[in-house]
Amino acid sequence: MNTPRAIEELGDRALLLQYGDSIDADVNARVHAASRAIAGLRLPGIVELVPGYASLAVVFDPAYWQDEEATPAQRCALALQPAFATSAAATGDADAGVEIPVCYGGEFGPDLDEAAARSGLSPRAFADLHAAGDYRVAMLGFAPGFPYLLGLDARLQQPRRTSPRTRVPAGSVAIGGAQTGIYPRELPGGWMLIGRTPLSLFDLRAAPPNRLAAGMRVRFVAIDAGAPGDHGR
Amino acid sequence: MPERPAITVADPMITVLRPGLLSSLQDLGRRGHAAIGLGASGAMDPTLLRIANWLVGNDDDAAAIECTLLGPRLRFDVASVIAWCGADSEALLDGRHFPTWRPVPVEPGSVLDLAALRRGARGYLAVAGGIAVAPVLGSRSVDLNAGIGPCEGRALRAGDRLALNAAAEPAMRAPSWSVAPSHWLDTSAVRVLRVLRGSHHAALDPRSRDALTGERFRVAADSNRVGVRLTGPTLALQEPLELVSAAATRGTVQLPPSGQPIMLAAEHPTTGGYPRIAHLIDADHGALAQCRPGDHVLLRLVDADEAESVRRRRAAALARLRDTVRQRRRESGCDEST
Repeated sequence: MNTPRAIEELGDRALLLQYGDSIDADVNARVHAASRAIAGLRLPGIVELVPGYASLAVVFDPAYWQDEEATPAQRCALALQPAFATSAAATGDADAGVEIPVCYGGEFGPDLDEAAARSGLSPRAFADLHAAGDYRVAMLGFAPGFPYLLGLDARLQQPRRTSPRTRVPAGSVAIGGAQTGIYPRELPGGWMLIGRTPLSLFDLRAAPPNRLAAGMRVRFVAIDAGAPGDHGR
Repeated sequence: MPERPAITVADPMITVLRPGLLSSLQDLGRRGHAAIGLGASGAMDPTLLRIANWLVGNDDDAAAIECTLLGPRLRFDVASVIAWCGADSEALLDGRHFPTWRPVPVEPGSVLDLAALRRGARGYLAVAGGIAVAPVLGSRSVDLNAGIGPCEGRALRAGDRLALNAAAEPAMRAPSWSVAPSHWLDTSAVRVLRVLRGSHHAALDPRSRDALTGERFRVAADSNRVGVRLTGPTLALQEPLELVSAAATRGTVQLPPSGQPIMLAAEHPTTGGYPRIAHLIDADHGALAQCRPGDHVLLRLVDADEAESVRRRRAAALARLRDTVRQRRRESGCDEST
């Protein structure tokens, strides 16, 4: 069952379905199951479905859900009920996932040495542990195509930099707290930079423009700095 | 009328002579991509965009030029019909008073100077047929923060040339009628913004809860299309909340650790982790869009039923206005060809 434990009204044109209050893979899987189930209802009055770590926002068109007995938010929430009754197991998790080649350390990962020292590991061991992880995209946010990944080994957690960089290069693979992610383009950012991928994560000419989507499995593969450039798609 | 040099252009164009402070192409926004981290963007004051489009015979969602505080100076290379809906200014068309809130014909070589806006922050210049830029992911809105959209995802610059859709042949003069702005443009000294409680409203300490909707805030100078920053009484939670990132929505009033709330606007990030203390009602986005840095605002708490009745009244009034504008355009000979 995908029944949320609470439904919060985000103003007069969105609902937030709450599935938990922590960063947890099982909770996040339920968020994605609910998102798929609601999308499957093909309700015309739904404008956006936006997954978070432990919640799913449903942005709706209030004119569509106008009703004499209830507010549009209440009517829309009622219309979502059939999606909550479906099995959360229908995940389609058999996907092989996406491999992200990463060049760890050096000019591409200027914070690797500092991060490794803080974790009591050699830079090489730190990079190996990061590349050995089995990750899943919890959500995209912050900037178009930016994936927040679940599955970081607890030993690799890093505090954010006290002074964020104004320019983090596109493709930077980074750690912030218990999360790891990839900057899809040059952005300001406060996470620790441990490597960089030549892969393009967000390309408006592609359909869809995002290479990674919420719920996808991700693996990092260490490459040498001399490896071929953009792997294309 | 002074003689104008002949201009021959293959495609109908607008040339940007001076960009103004922050002028960008906007329609009603880009829907359906928030899950990949790309927000809607779109007009900060969607109602004024729609009215401006109706005045020139466009659909609601045609792209227009959103202007901020200081408008651009534009040259039209072809005859067309334009309309301005927005904050008042001393705008000049070919050196003469530019009538606003109504359709106005322009000739090849006409120069429009939108000048500084007063008692409001934004306005929309719609052009008959709409501005012919290719949509990006279903919208002609520029998302300045994400750098996505037409015009390379940036604001207009001097020298930009914007193609227009099929040039109207305006056998018309600017009509004597116009839309009365007072219903659609709030110019009161203290702007009242109606809000619904957010789920963390109850987590505010009692004094902050009172201050949020009892005291005035000022619009900070670093407000933009991403969010409007309110400065005033410092708000605090009874105890710190550790929140995991969740979807953020337009109108959400976030409380960052500074204690100074931020009201998210058209280019808000799609996710966020700050407490959600309130949400601006949908009908008041226009009022927010018209706030100038330094303006006073007062948040007024409403419940869901009141928000819904405000939404309905406004939707009905807008529908009436759309019908009236259509009828007046027909009577004025604006729509002879249709």
